[in-house]
Amino acid sequence: MSAQADTANLAAPVMAAARGYDGGGPAPVRIVVGYGFWIFLLSDIIMFSALFASYAVLSGQTAGGPSGRDLFELRHVGIETLCLLFSSYTCGLGALAIERGRLRSFYVCSALTFVLGATFLGLEVSEFIGMLARGAGPSRSAFLSSFFSLVGLHGVHVSAGLVWLIFMVAQTSVRGPRDFVRRRLLCFSLFWHALDIIWVALLTLVYLMGAR
Amino acid sequence: MEEHLGQYAALTDRAPGVGENEDTGSLASYTTGLAFALLLTGASYMVARTNLLWEPGVPAGLAVLAIAQIGVHLVFFLHIGTGPDNTNNVVALAFGVLIVTLIVSGSLWIMANLNLNMMPASAIMEMQR
Repeated sequence: MSAQADTANLAAPVMAAARGYDGGGPAPVRIVVGYGFWIFLLSDIIMFSALFASYAVLSGQTAGGPSGRDLFELRHVGIETLCLLFSSYTCGLGALAIERGRLRSFYVCSALTFVLGATFLGLEVSEFIGMLARGAGPSRSAFLSSFFSLVGLHGVHVSAGLVWLIFMVAQTSVRGPRDFVRRRLLCFSLFWHALDIIWVALLTLVYLMGAR
Repeated sequence: MEEHLGQYAALTDRAPGVGENEDTGSLASYTTGLAFALLLTGASYMVARTNLLWEPGVPAGLAVLAIAQIGVHLVFFLHIGTGPDNTNNVVALAFGVLIVTLIVSGSLWIMANLNLNMMPASAIMEMQR
């Protein structure tokens, strides 16, 4: 029998018996919160897409200054990528731990997430400082203006995520893993994973294509 | 009846970041996601740095790998799936993808057109005389 028919069989008695529960009433708060936050993340991605578009248009306009091939170090960027990927993994493990009530493991995972995220940020800032020292600041060319606004905005998001993570760990330790704390942690982990998605696009468009 | 309620609740809509049986995916799903992500990132680096792909095809290859990796992140980390529990999130995602495509491809198209039709600076100087 198909899955659809199974669903219909299950749904029929529920629809009849439980108006206001799953048979048509409001969805549980956790689902609504996750959905709303997902909409926010999509709007954030749309904002990034405008910066991606301007970068794609302006990436060739170096005004006689250094181009991506002169500036980008793929090995450096590779380490940044690994930091971000593993921090996303530990963030997911932290979300699992809090759902299963393992507080100690949640704290360990959150600490790892923070350290990896902070390492990423440190590497990015050192890259920016190196570029500024070579006279390749955001005012040098249209290419560099769009580069700094796109990559910098991602960095600002990561910084905001790190601050949010500190607040969430503090809140978990003070208030305990209650429902509202867990909902906020769900939003945090969605935010952190979404930053990874933006980084994948950034790595490909800006660094891998730009360094060729 | 209680049993039915429980079973039905397991099939209804669910937030992104919320998995099948447990509330937030499983260790296996995160580990699979990480493995795929590392593999695809490695492949992107290989395509960009070696002559494995035909030279003019490299940007297309990189784009395909990036889209695949974004898919992996969506499925294994954000838990956006094809199940009946996920339709709202998928519809929102589809709308997001539409807008992103319009913004990016529209900007590139219009700016390329403007660039092509722009009068050379010397011709503008000529007209001002």
